[in-house]
Amino acid sequence: MNTLIIVASSVLILAILFLLFRVQSLVSILTGSTKKIAGMSNKINAILFPIFFISALIAVYFYSGYASEFFLPKPASEHGVVTDNLFWFITGVILVAFVLTNSLLFYFPYKYQYSPDRKAHFYPDNHKLEIIWTIIPAIVLTGLVFFGWRAWTDITSPAPKDAVVLEITGKQFNWIVRYPGKDGKLGSYNFKLIDATNEVGIDFADKSSFDDFLPREIHIPKGKPVLFKIRARDVLHSVFLPHFRQKMDAVPGMPTSFWFTPIYTTDEMRGITNNPAFKYELACTEVCGKGHFGMKFLLVVDEPDDFEKWYDQQEAFLKKNPDYLANVPSKLRDLALNVSNNSENKLSSF
Amino acid sequence: MSAATLSHSADAHVAHHDEHEHEELSFIRKYIFSEDHKTIAKQFLISGLIWAVLGGAMSVIFRLQLGFPGANLEWLKPILGQWIQNGKIDPEFYLALVTMHGTIMVFFVLTAGLSGTFSNFLIPLQIGARDMASGFLNMLSYWFFFISSTLMFISLFIETGPAAGGWVIYPPLSALPQAIKGSGLGMTLWLCSMAIFIVSSLLGSINYITTVINLRTKGMAFTRLPLTIWAFFITAVIGVLSFPVLFSAALLLIFDRSFGTSFYLSEIYIGGEALHNIGGSPLLFQHLFWFLGHPEVYIVLLPALGITSEIIATNSRKPIFGYRAMIGSLLGIAFLSFIVWAHHMFVTGMNPFLGSVFMFLTLIIAVPSAVKAFNYIATMWRGNIVFTPAMLFSIGLVSLFISGGLTGIILGNSALDIQLHDTYYVVAHFHLVMGSASFFGFMAGVYHWFPKMFGRMLDEKLGYIHFWLTFAGVYLVFFPMHYIGIAGFPRRYYSFTSYDAFSTFSDLNMFISVAAIVTFAGQFIFGFNFFYSIFKGRKATENPWSSNTLEWTTPVSPGHGNWPGAIPEVHRWPYDYSKPGASADFIPQNIPLSATPESNLPHEEEEVKALAHV
Repeated sequence: MNTLIIVASSVLILAILFLLFRVQSLVSILTGSTKKIAGMSNKINAILFPIFFISALIAVYFYSGYASEFFLPKPASEHGVVTDNLFWFITGVILVAFVLTNSLLFYFPYKYQYSPDRKAHFYPDNHKLEIIWTIIPAIVLTGLVFFGWRAWTDITSPAPKDAVVLEITGKQFNWIVRYPGKDGKLGSYNFKLIDATNEVGIDFADKSSFDDFLPREIHIPKGKPVLFKIRARDVLHSVFLPHFRQKMDAVPGMPTSFWFTPIYTTDEMRGITNNPAFKYELACTEVCGKGHFGMKFLLVVDEPDDFEKWYDQQEAFLKKNPDYLANVPSKLRDLALNVSNNSENKLSSF
Repeated sequence: MSAATLSHSADAHVAHHDEHEHEELSFIRKYIFSEDHKTIAKQFLISGLIWAVLGGAMSVIFRLQLGFPGANLEWLKPILGQWIQNGKIDPEFYLALVTMHGTIMVFFVLTAGLSGTFSNFLIPLQIGARDMASGFLNMLSYWFFFISSTLMFISLFIETGPAAGGWVIYPPLSALPQAIKGSGLGMTLWLCSMAIFIVSSLLGSINYITTVINLRTKGMAFTRLPLTIWAFFITAVIGVLSFPVLFSAALLLIFDRSFGTSFYLSEIYIGGEALHNIGGSPLLFQHLFWFLGHPEVYIVLLPALGITSEIIATNSRKPIFGYRAMIGSLLGIAFLSFIVWAHHMFVTGMNPFLGSVFMFLTLIIAVPSAVKAFNYIATMWRGNIVFTPAMLFSIGLVSLFISGGLTGIILGNSALDIQLHDTYYVVAHFHLVMGSASFFGFMAGVYHWFPKMFGRMLDEKLGYIHFWLTFAGVYLVFFPMHYIGIAGFPRRYYSFTSYDAFSTFSDLNMFISVAAIVTFAGQFIFGFNFFYSIFKGRKATENPWSSNTLEWTTPVSPGHGNWPGAIPEVHRWPYDYSKPGASADFIPQNIPLSATPESNLPHEEEEVKALAHV
């Protein structure tokens, strides 16, 4: 019954609209406005342009004020401060260009609307003017490129030697994180060794792998460079750390990386954001299938001491999964047992 | 000398044409397998509009999901069937909708619909030719497009759904049916459809290029071509150079999918097994794809800019400002469009040095774009502006082009792109500068040339309502997306609820969805106007906009061969509007300089004298 009423009323509304349209078009033929080059409608359209522009500017101004608290979250990495400043600077520049060009674009229709008494000004070109407005954008853009290029080369420069290293592997639909353990070296891997437990295909023939551990969340120390080595297991993924202004695709068969220096611990960010539940989040930004929108991983920034403490407490993969000792070559098995069980034991001493 | 040869062959053409004038074509040859460029243009136009409705409807469905994540969508079940589970859109189908929306809009609406319609319709009419260089290839071009469309349409109805890896179809996702359902039969159909689409596009482009070079009427030098033709010509050249690269990308992907090769695949473990593929590179695909993909942006945009140049000049009653600069900037954009593709790949793991190079090249392209925007504005300065619906849409285009283009300066900056890549900021940027701007060019073209296409006028008042609704609507939909993007929201997300970082702006997302639905509904005003006016619109006159170009010298409904008598000769450029001294505010291109001594400029007077001496 409801459906019937909806259908009937829609038909009625459409019929009324159609009649209005017919009346309007017949009236305009009778009054002869179709014969004129420009009539009342021309005036209305002309005035609507500046009205539209001014009301849009007012709306943007007030909404931007309200929405600014959700803009770029507080940058939590060293380079993030640089790129954020650059972003707001360039945004300022383009806003000026936007308002200037659009003001003219919306004012001219009003100012120069059709009048039968006037003739347009025949003005086919002016080389000087064109050279000016070619060169000015070129100079401004050169400046902007230069700043961007400097920031970009800094961000993408090789990671410092003393960077904390971790490996993150994307798969449908979660992330797996691996730390190198005490020796500071990630064990090698082979995608053919992947199974349900050894999800990143750690190769236990490599003794660097014995103390590798796979935690459930990422911990990194404040104020120290951190190098993310990025891999993908199945399709493309992308590691996105919004607070750190960092993003890099994870590509099967082609390891990628980025590094940055965090400047606020999780606790400090809780204070800064006034949100006692604040957590750093990692998201996927390269479409990877059904669960793309749910590939969240948590990240904690600790004070360096707390980070050391946390690092020491982590249990090696081999300790948690002693079955995999069978994959270690027999002559290295004792070493593997030692390294993985004894957190005091430094591999470098062997 | 060459002009003489040309006019000679043109005369021969006339004679040849006259012999066949009274031969009636069968219905099928006249309306279906037609070789007449005007009919083919209308075929492209109507196909493009149908696809636009489909592509738009898809965006409305996924906007429902984004704007009202908790809503019960059970009522869509009669249309979407199993893709609605427990009142929710299936997340894979959400991705399929996003993918199809992009594919349809970019290729079927804004490439085939826009270029196909207006290149076909306007090239012969504006350069003074009886038809395209090859009517037969032109017909093939449409029917290849039709087959391609049919395959894509079929893919919407198969059990595993259409392709769902995004319109860029990056492998390995698009190569592995295990990874997503849409990479099964849906992807196969997508690839076949696109391969055929490329054939169609190449046939069309080659024809446009040949026609513009060879069939210009006497006097129609390249420096007298309307800017529409320049834009179509350059667009066709870009298409010929870039579409084959997409074809190769698609072909290699077909090999990887079906014949076990490893062009794009390496070290993959999926579905509980390690695949045999070693040594391929997903980045290779991205390079090949964007080598087309970026020029494609200009394939979509340049025709719209050409159309706008013509309409703004005509309705400002002024010559286009800086005709040669406009051509120069078209050429500049076209050239640069081939060397900026990797700005889509700053964070793909590509060598950062390449990132620097492509940042420089990308930002250079802003210069010719800026010149175009300034020239449009300068054309309106001290004009005598008539607001036809076409003019409104053209002004709208310039505004959208500026607004969307400016954010390109931020995205082209690789350091800033790190944060903004694949967020809604990008969505806002390209929907304004490429999607909406080109759509506005498309609409401007339809409103402007409808009288020549169908011999009747579109209703102006409905046109005004359509414009203001669409213009406000487009800004209300896409402008707020900048805010969402600056807040870091990634694109192609089914929902944002699992992240604290993306938990804000649910009200703004709802607002965008409402605006999108209203804007989409508003397009039916145009739909009604279009089909009603074809049959019942006011009768058009020969030259309703008092325009200078040659198409307005044809009869109200030009027949086969376009001009009943000889093809008009061209004696001047197309922008003699409001020339000082002239009695009317326009002088069509076919009026000889000797007929207008009162308005001739000094150098034109010399030309007249020189001709008189000969």
